[in-house]
Amino acid sequence: MNWIDICSITDIPLRGARIVKTAVGCVAVFRTDDSEVFATSDRCPHKGGPLSEGIVHGKAVTCPLHNWVFSLETGEAQGADEGQIATFATQIEDGRVMLDVTELTPGVAAE
Amino acid sequence: MTQKLIIIGAGMAAGRALEHLFETAPDAYDVTLFNAEPHGTYNRIMLSPVLSGDKTFDEIVTHTAEWYEEQGVTCHFGEKVVKIDRAAQTVTSDNGGVLAYDKLIIATGSNPFIVPLPGHDLDGVIAYRDLEDTNTMIALGDKPDAKAVVIGGGLLGLEAAAGLALRGVDVTVVHIMGHLMERQLDEAAGYLLRKALVDKGITVKCSANSKEILGENGKVKALLLDDGTELPCDLLVMAVGIRPSVALAAEAGLATGRGIHVDDQMVTSDANILSLGECVEHNGDIFGLVAPIYDQAKVIAKTLAGEEAAFVNKDVATKLKVTGCDLFSAGDFAEAQGREDIVYRDPAQGVYKRLVIEDNRIVGAVMYGDTADGNWFFGLIKDKEDISEMRDTLIFGPAFQGGSPLDPMAAVAALPADAEICGCNGVCKGQIEDAIGNGATTLDDIKTTTKASASCGTCTGLVEQVLAATLGNDFVVPAAKSVCGCTDLTHEDVRRLIKSKELKSQPAVWQELGWSTQNGCHVCRPAINYYLLADWPLEYQDDAQSRFVNERNHANIQKDGTYSVVPRMWGGITTPDELRAIANAADKFDVPTVKVTGGQRIDLLGVKKEDLPEIWFDLNQAGLVSGHAYSKGLRTVKTCVGSDHCRFGTQDSTGLGVKLEKHLWGSWTPHKLKLGVSGCPRNCAEATCKDIGVVCVDSGYEISIAGAAGMEVKETEHLCKVTTEEEAIEVISAMTQVYRENAKYLDRIWKWVDKVGLDWIKGQVVENLEARKALVARFEISQTVYRSDPWAEHASKKAETYQPVAKLTLEAAE
Repeated sequence: MNWIDICSITDIPLRGARIVKTAVGCVAVFRTDDSEVFATSDRCPHKGGPLSEGIVHGKAVTCPLHNWVFSLETGEAQGADEGQIATFATQIEDGRVMLDVTELTPGVAAE
Repeated sequence: MTQKLIIIGAGMAAGRALEHLFETAPDAYDVTLFNAEPHGTYNRIMLSPVLSGDKTFDEIVTHTAEWYEEQGVTCHFGEKVVKIDRAAQTVTSDNGGVLAYDKLIIATGSNPFIVPLPGHDLDGVIAYRDLEDTNTMIALGDKPDAKAVVIGGGLLGLEAAAGLALRGVDVTVVHIMGHLMERQLDEAAGYLLRKALVDKGITVKCSANSKEILGENGKVKALLLDDGTELPCDLLVMAVGIRPSVALAAEAGLATGRGIHVDDQMVTSDANILSLGECVEHNGDIFGLVAPIYDQAKVIAKTLAGEEAAFVNKDVATKLKVTGCDLFSAGDFAEAQGREDIVYRDPAQGVYKRLVIEDNRIVGAVMYGDTADGNWFFGLIKDKEDISEMRDTLIFGPAFQGGSPLDPMAAVAALPADAEICGCNGVCKGQIEDAIGNGATTLDDIKTTTKASASCGTCTGLVEQVLAATLGNDFVVPAAKSVCGCTDLTHEDVRRLIKSKELKSQPAVWQELGWSTQNGCHVCRPAINYYLLADWPLEYQDDAQSRFVNERNHANIQKDGTYSVVPRMWGGITTPDELRAIANAADKFDVPTVKVTGGQRIDLLGVKKEDLPEIWFDLNQAGLVSGHAYSKGLRTVKTCVGSDHCRFGTQDSTGLGVKLEKHLWGSWTPHKLKLGVSGCPRNCAEATCKDIGVVCVDSGYEISIAGAAGMEVKETEHLCKVTTEEEAIEVISAMTQVYRENAKYLDRIWKWVDKVGLDWIKGQVVENLEARKALVARFEISQTVYRSDPWAEHASKKAETYQPVAKLTLEAAE
């Protein structure tokens, strides 16, 4: 694990998301109703919609372009759609959101 | 030989049973009648009309002491039976007399249930059960400024409350459940009933728990609720229900449960003792309504006469006897799997009708406001008639039946497999049939597997017909569509309940209306957010996270994730300075495409999200504000040049367009709202295909509504003609507000007008000037919050939220 302090939990709107720019593309960091935080790839596998702009409900997000719904826990598309988005580990420490960037660092193979 | 028959109780059941007995076997028995109440038999159901003053007590007496005497009955009125000795076959009365019987009928009826609250034994706490209670309530009406509290919002409680109110008493009804008469009515009808009672000056408190009855000098003073509210009263009426009166029977060792157990012949566990009425339990049922009890009376008379008869419990209908509250309910209308609703509402008339259908049969009916067809529906319920033939017009009642209904199914069945059903997603009939072959059975299945009807929804009906044609009877076209999978309520239900239950936050909606998900989904959240802000503009805070991306970011997302920016040009009028500012912005932010829109303004396409606050700031500097080209709200008011320049122009159409746009901008509506103002009937602004259109003529302004020029093309319908600009603005404000307050989310005006009818809208904004003014006032209240530029606010206060929260491209390299 390679934790990096991203932002304060309050920087992310409740039932909303912000993005983190990384060398391998944008990561969407979601805050759900329970003030849990999830991080996934920001890109919908369907037509590339920005998932961080979707409506967050329960522990899922709906893509703003064509309403595909993804589980924020598993990254799996819900319902009849088939697709998968990458998920990344997060944790909250003293109100700060920490993101595991192990898989987000180019050139450094996961040990 | 004449046998001795004793009857305990001279209520309606006993009276009716004796009547039948004397018809069937006039000389078989020597009858003795005991009645604790000191008079003959009266129609207890009619106590409410006595209370309200519609009838006198004499009018509701069914069997007088004289009648009993004429029939040779020995009457002991005002005398109570205290003991039954089954072995000796005798009864003992409270004055010590012992009398022998061959056959005994127990008709002790029921006792009102008194909630054992602290203070329930105070003077002035009564039930609503007999003449004495009724007289106590009538007497209260003679007292000036009298106050009463009725606990119980069921049939009896409401009749008591309405009667008291008619007698001039200030009445409050306290009901523990969420809506009135919950056993007979669903929430919608309960709401209408509540409204009618409130109009009669009755205060209604639902979901209210009584805690204690407060007294003074042994007399009731007030009711205390558990939220601390104190309701002062001179009389407290408990009408929370009745319990079968079984004590006497139980002491005699007869089998009892909730009531005295009887078989189909109305015989108790002792062959010489029979029973009927509200005191009995038959096959687990107890009885509170008169119809089945009269059936029991017939059966008991035949049993006594030695004839064969069996009691069968049937469905019954109830009607509330409160003047001006027309209410009917019958059968079973609990929600259950396999049940569907047909609902008819006329909001202006306060009419609500709901039929519950199961297996092509009506199993329940609730009606409010217009109950004329109640008995016809009740007949269909009782006879378990198959209604599939008349289903489409069923709700309109018997007058609309007969003739051969059109068959839309035949047309769909005849379509070839490659016929396109869903234009948005390019789905043809064959694909839907394939999906059905692969196991899809519902509209939702089709939506998720093929995407048909998943976009604009116009083809929903067609898809359902394909389902019906393919699946046959296995598919039943749903009568009422719920908002989404989170709730079974329809949009209309939700809107109504938000108003009536005064729900002012999303969690309140989820909780109070029983959402099945934690916090909704992408379908219901924007709808609920809209309903709340439209109904409670001052109390509810718009929730950006329940907005579709465009409305959250105040720009239109494009397929590559960039945005389009459209500044407002009031009525399509602009200036060289504004055009220069737009050109400068396009240069500065490398806008790849600049396009003139159909709404007479300029679209800057391809702006990156991070740049939005800055481009807005620049445009703001030149006086340009958001054009709301992204909103379910006021978009544009398209105009022609009108009398200023045009040789045909009759009025200043541009001026009116600018005024309208400045008046209406920023308001949220159920769907987009586009206006047009043409200066003459040549109609260069194409006003007659807008949501609201104005066509100027020499003598004034022709206002029309409900046009469409999208997937559907439709000419507007004439609303009214006015003579001044002021009046035109007033009518259009009222029109906008009535649409905001009543339409289903994502219904354009034309679609909504299709449902409620143009006449209803005319009634609100044209004919009823008071209603129009009120609508205008409410629109103005909402506009105090929303008539402002979101771009300016976001550029100055929220700019950083448009940036990534972190950039790891550098950190990751370390």
